Amino acid sequence: MKEKISGADALMRSLISEGVDLVFGYPGGSIIPVYDKLYDYQDKLKHILVRHEQGATHAAQGYARVSGRPGVVIVTSGPAATNIITGVGDALMDSTPLVVITGQVATPFLGFDAFQETDVVGITQPLSKWSCQVRRAEDIPRAVARAFYIASTGRPGPVVIDLTKDAQTGMMEFDYEKCDFIRSYNPSPDIDAADVARVADLINSSERPMILSGHGVMISGAEKGLAALAEKADIPVAATLLGLSTMPSDHPLYKGMLGMHGNIGPNINTNRADLLIAVGMRFDDRITGNVKTYAPQAKIVHIDIDASEFDKNIATTATIHGDARKVLEALIPHIKERKHAEWLATFDEPERVEREKVVMREVYPSGGRMTMGEVVNKVSEATGNRAIVVTDVGQNQMFSARYSRFTEPRSMVTSGGLGTMGFGLPAAIGAKMGAPERTVCFFTGDGGLQMTIQELGTILEYQTDVKIILLNNNFLGNVRQWQSLFFNDRFSQTPLVNPDFVMIANAYGISAENVETRDELDAAIDRMVKHDGAYLLNVNIDETDMIFPMTPAGANVDHIMLTPTECYPID
Amino acid sequence: MENQLFTFTVFSENQVGLLNQISIIFTRRCLNIESLSVSPSSIKGVSKFTITCFGDRPMMERVVKQIEKRIDVIKAYLYTDDEIVYQEIALYKVPTEALLDDSAVEEIIRRHNARILEITREYVILEKTGHQEETEALFIELEKYDISQFVRSGRVAVTKSPRELLSMYLEEQELRKSRSRQ
Repeated sequence: MKEKISGADALMRSLISEGVDLVFGYPGGSIIPVYDKLYDYQDKLKHILVRHEQGATHAAQGYARVSGRPGVVIVTSGPAATNIITGVGDALMDSTPLVVITGQVATPFLGFDAFQETDVVGITQPLSKWSCQVRRAEDIPRAVARAFYIASTGRPGPVVIDLTKDAQTGMMEFDYEKCDFIRSYNPSPDIDAADVARVADLINSSERPMILSGHGVMISGAEKGLAALAEKADIPVAATLLGLSTMPSDHPLYKGMLGMHGNIGPNINTNRADLLIAVGMRFDDRITGNVKTYAPQAKIVHIDIDASEFDKNIATTATIHGDARKVLEALIPHIKERKHAEWLATFDEPERVEREKVVMREVYPSGGRMTMGEVVNKVSEATGNRAIVVTDVGQNQMFSARYSRFTEPRSMVTSGGLGTMGFGLPAAIGAKMGAPERTVCFFTGDGGLQMTIQELGTILEYQTDVKIILLNNNFLGNVRQWQSLFFNDRFSQTPLVNPDFVMIANAYGISAENVETRDELDAAIDRMVKHDGAYLLNVNIDETDMIFPMTPAGANVDHIMLTPTECYPID
Repeated sequence: MENQLFTFTVFSENQVGLLNQISIIFTRRCLNIESLSVSPSSIKGVSKFTITCFGDRPMMERVVKQIEKRIDVIKAYLYTDDEIVYQEIALYKVPTEALLDDSAVEEIIRRHNARILEITREYVILEKTGHQEETEALFIELEKYDISQFVRSGRVAVTKSPRELLSMYLEEQELRKSRSRQ
């Protein structure tokens, strides 16, 4: 007869069968049997005890984004399950594979408003790729196998397994079979040769093509294919926020970032191109601005693994449904070698204007207080442009995106779709654990840092080497900027009264220093980069610093503000 | 874009919570489901949802893709009325006395091809199947007899297509399974 083990034991063995060696979590009443069993598996399953369940989800996201493997979270029922919602929703928007296991009250108590009972499946259905409740120990292996298969294939996303307490304690005969097929779910559709031919024709006959490179390029590992396509047909490439680092920043065909605070060239040329080739991106409203006036002159090719993205925001001319890497491999042989020198040259003038009007002021200011741009630029330089950049949300995020340079893929971890303040600190911890050999630089603001600041405790406990650059303007800077530009300088609830962040960091055993003036900056960054272990720089930033260029929300993609009073093109 | 009535047929695994997963896709887009019915399909273990909703075609096409994106949904299809044969059923509860007093009752029942399901001293229950306009027409005629209860079911529909799309899809999936395991 086969050995009988508990459901909690089956969960441990199932996770190990999926190659998991690291989980993020927080114990509680309805998950105690799992934590009891985890005690026996500490040599195989390292558990990172975060300080809040939201932190567990963001840490798992950071881990997943840099490693490409699903991040695993274990928490209890009730408030823990509601605390994971932000991370689950964030992971859905940003296509990040997570397997989240929530404890649940025992089956007989379901539906009776038992202590710490909450309808986890009900609340996670709109926010997850898949969620299910497991009420019997014998169903655990199959649920875990399906969860990993669903989370990590196709367009990745978060899955939630709600595990009742009696399923954890029930006995079962363990047998594990990985999932590789679900009849209602096809994550690797066959690539349609006719679609490929049609797209090849469109590319071969276009005079002013531009590639929009999104997160899907990174997820599918299509970076080489993307560069090969661009080089063969001499096509400029622009990246979305989550597509940053899919192409090295210094590649001659790389023309910068799209979107509200992106580079002028790719944004202005969106409405001049005759063909947009969107790869693994979803035409978010922060990219398109007003969809009615978005690239009306261009044919649109959309390559994506998620067919529901086709024609969702922008009507397409042609689509290829499939994994970006495989699609590009199939497409490239049909692409003719071309030169688009004249078209490429049209990126020069906007780049020059942006440098003169925005970059010089931001990155090389002649005086005054420090700007976010110059700090990001110097950190990027000091790390040889090789660091993983993790950001929070707001101005710190946009400055990090604009002024970090990237040399290798999977180097940008940021909350794009959901825009979650507080994402950064736990995500940086997870990123370091997912790529321990790389330097992790986390740019944050004084607002976002304080939303999940308790995770400094996680850094303390695990001695996680995260470099924290706090761009501190004692303001909710991005809202301040909108208030300044569109709400007559009425700074409603945006000034922050802040604590001494250096003392806080020190209390958690983290080395830290204040950087008050520009002449202290280089040396402080140098100390931070050379320091063995976590480090916090509290940089005193000018609160009037604004992120430009800017396309106001809902404006046309080529309506680009350079300063509060000047728009591109300059007369 | 003109609003018109669309019929969604959704085939899914028979699983708890599917209805919620599907209905929230409509809710989020401020779309009002006109009618909904769920039953087993002709294929064992596969549930069939029939949903009707007013909207414009581009929005409805986005919705059908969002429905199909749910992992446990096997396939979702979108139809206009000319592509399907559909039916609804309505029940009417009318005071017996009112009907007895009026000699037109027989004529109404005949004309509408309605059926009497039950007669008691207090009430009569009539049944009519048909399209919404037809069940509505009977309702209007019976109104003068003080209808005390009325209910109309959700639409049920089958396609006019000679090919059974779902069966073909499931056969393809079986091929995919054997291919992936070779």
